[in-house]
Amino acid sequence: MRKSIKTIAAGTLAIALAACSTTGQTDTKSASSAPAKSETPFPSTYTPYPGTPTALVNATIFDGKGGRIDNGTVFFSGGKIVSIGGPHTPVPADIAVFDGTGKFVTPGIIDIHSHLGDYPTPSVQAHSDGNEATSPTTPEVWAEHSVWPQDPGFTRALANGGVTSLQILPGSANLMGGRSATLKNVPARTVQGMKFPDAPYGFKMACGENPKRVYGGRGRMPSTRMGNFAVNRQTWLDAKAYDGKKRDLAKETLKGVLDGEILVHNHCYRADEMALVLDMAKEMGYKVSAFHHAVEAYKIGDLLRENDVCSAIWADWYGFKMESYDGILENAAFLHREDACVVIHSDDANGIQRLNQEAAKAQAAGKRVGIDISDAQVIRWITLNPAKAMGIDGMTGSLEAGKMADVVLWNGDPLSVYSRPEKVWIDGALMFDAMDRKRRPVSDFELGQPGEGDVK
Amino acid sequence: MKRALTLAASVLALAAAPAAAQDFVITNATLATGDGSEPIERGVVVVVDGKVAYAGPQAGAGAFETDTVYDVAGAWVTPGLVATVTTLGLADVSGVSESNDVRPGSSPFNAALDVAPAINPSSQHILVHRAAGITRAATVTSPAGSIFGGQGAIIDLGADGQPVTRAKAFQVVAFGEGGARLAGGSRVATYVAFANALREAQDFARGRWDAESAMLTRADAEALGPVAAGEQALYVSVERASDIRSVLGLKRDFPRLDLVLVGASEGWLVAREIAAAGVPVIADGLDDLPNSFEELASTQSNVGRLAKAGVKVAINAATMENPRNLNQYAGNLVALARIPGADGLSWGQAFAAISSVPASISGLGGKAGVLAPGSMGDVVIWDGDPLEVGSVPTKVFIDGVEQPLDNHQTRLRDRYRELDESRLPEAFDW
Repeated sequence: MRKSIKTIAAGTLAIALAACSTTGQTDTKSASSAPAKSETPFPSTYTPYPGTPTALVNATIFDGKGGRIDNGTVFFSGGKIVSIGGPHTPVPADIAVFDGTGKFVTPGIIDIHSHLGDYPTPSVQAHSDGNEATSPTTPEVWAEHSVWPQDPGFTRALANGGVTSLQILPGSANLMGGRSATLKNVPARTVQGMKFPDAPYGFKMACGENPKRVYGGRGRMPSTRMGNFAVNRQTWLDAKAYDGKKRDLAKETLKGVLDGEILVHNHCYRADEMALVLDMAKEMGYKVSAFHHAVEAYKIGDLLRENDVCSAIWADWYGFKMESYDGILENAAFLHREDACVVIHSDDANGIQRLNQEAAKAQAAGKRVGIDISDAQVIRWITLNPAKAMGIDGMTGSLEAGKMADVVLWNGDPLSVYSRPEKVWIDGALMFDAMDRKRRPVSDFELGQPGEGDVK
Repeated sequence: MKRALTLAASVLALAAAPAAAQDFVITNATLATGDGSEPIERGVVVVVDGKVAYAGPQAGAGAFETDTVYDVAGAWVTPGLVATVTTLGLADVSGVSESNDVRPGSSPFNAALDVAPAINPSSQHILVHRAAGITRAATVTSPAGSIFGGQGAIIDLGADGQPVTRAKAFQVVAFGEGGARLAGGSRVATYVAFANALREAQDFARGRWDAESAMLTRADAEALGPVAAGEQALYVSVERASDIRSVLGLKRDFPRLDLVLVGASEGWLVAREIAAAGVPVIADGLDDLPNSFEELASTQSNVGRLAKAGVKVAINAATMENPRNLNQYAGNLVALARIPGADGLSWGQAFAAISSVPASISGLGGKAGVLAPGSMGDVVIWDGDPLEVGSVPTKVFIDGVEQPLDNHQTRLRDRYRELDESRLPEAFDW
């Protein structure tokens, strides 16, 4: 096995002490060059599971960047993509070769918005660890401290959804919900064993109905949308005045956002509210990486493009709350038309198993109104675009030489309801194989229970 | 602007005078009749007086006279989908309590509740789901004040003022964890509550009911009479295998119960017993997580395994984000048939699980969810394989009447086709 638990604990202590003397002045060039790992008190201990050099040949490949290769080859070794190309791409002899005739290859699917582990199943009260709903702003909490690695939902996302990386967010009760955790979707005993190495932290914020309902219901601020903004702005101003002399977990996170090292993921449905958030971000000097649940993004596609903000959306959720009443099926297509960044997300332990189908629904809605978006571009919505908004696009999200070998072999067109992942590799290790029941993970919780080991 | 104005005028006209059923013929269809068979090429559907007169291969169609012929050039044609266990027409926005009639939590009445007069056929959810090819639905309230949720209705999704096909079509009762909570915190209490209610209903029916000693209200005791007599179906929410066995066992004390299991996530573990009891199941289609301790064995193979055991099984619309995903769920069950160790459905079976089977469970066997002589003229023409994601209807007929497919969503779509503010504000574009 990898690092023992004891070693991790000792390491954590040393790093936590070290963090006192650093002030987070890392010069961050891009979102994907994260702050130095040594500043993180709960460092990733993830190491890839063993893999063998593998080539997938004769498949239709969507590279995640918008490219398509018919009769293509992907070759990976040492956990990295080595080469990708047409039928004449050289592949070493004596390695595992899978014939992909009639099959499709995509990068591993990435869900930018998941609560697996922090709202795990069984979804009993004892497992309700997603919302620290005790104060409207809790920048000090970190989702990784809630994630239960044994959540059976991780395995379903792998087997049915081909999900290889995902961002676990705290919930949306609070204006500022805390830090996210970016994970590799592998079975592990500890959350550190799942943490995506060198991924930057995300920061969850929430607009609109949720914070005002939760706190207004308790007779405290915020109880209105104007209250939401007032609390947010004052919290940012206080953070800007933070001198770092005495450690303050909340302000360390906010400072990380202001320094561009932590990426803001803002739950926000309504177009008018997103526009206000963008102004607030300018006022305070931070950037929004993605609006999540951006049901009305289609109304401001131009503004979102100009501000380089992704919209993480469902294909067709609408009408379940007031701020979702203007949801339309063409949301993604209209954003695409404006050249704004589209991400299809789940926020759901079932939906994460079918992100490919949700993307296909959004594509079809566009086609009906004359917006023809290629299959290869649509796959980008669930691979490279979420990776970009999560700051891991330098490492995964597309099939390019040197990137992590996070790869899905589908038994048919991934944009068809009739297709399923046949094999899923994470960093070159075969983590799921529909044809081999021993490559089907069973979480600790499921052992000895009815249905253990079923295909699910 | 002019085009939009014309559209508005036509919508107004339609609203004022709903079209009458018109006889028509559909030719050159890829025809799925909904009965579980596989689709046929070059199919023909003949609708006369709002009912199907013929549906099948062109060769068998014989002669017919009509001015209205739709040559669909190979497009898919099916019966309207039947969504069972929905709240369609009971809420505008589920999160806006003022608009939501789904859970009558502080009502003194339970079994007597009847959704029929509360159905709003103008709800956007009805309009959106009509545009998704759903023509009939079972609409229910959720048990809130007792284990009994009240009487559900079968509705149509037509653009007229009469949404109810059949009122008081079935009674709803919660067992398992949900029933335990409502009965007093334990499954043990559920069985006593159920037996007591049925006995009071029997007493009421025999004129022996005594208000002084009764626990039910008069209205509830009266409402449960048809359930005890087997004249009204009883939809039982239940998930765990052991709970399913106990629910099937209720027939020992109340042999006339017309049981339908709803949910049944662990149904596959007791599939043979369900089949032997002849009880149909409205099963959660794709649930595969141990969402609660009563669903530990849930799997996407549940429906396939139940069907294989001979159970009449429909897909439950209640557990999906919205019922318009019924066809996606059915398509997924077809996909599952290709996974070793999993159990899925054939295309015909999968389509039946969202058309003729739920119709049959709803008491509309042979009438809805199927295209056959004498069935309702609920016909849908699609722009693709109806089980494929992204396919939508191009035309929907209910009782032979062509339906408008526009709604709040399509109007927003048309308004935001372009973000051009150089002329008048968007507010004038309607």
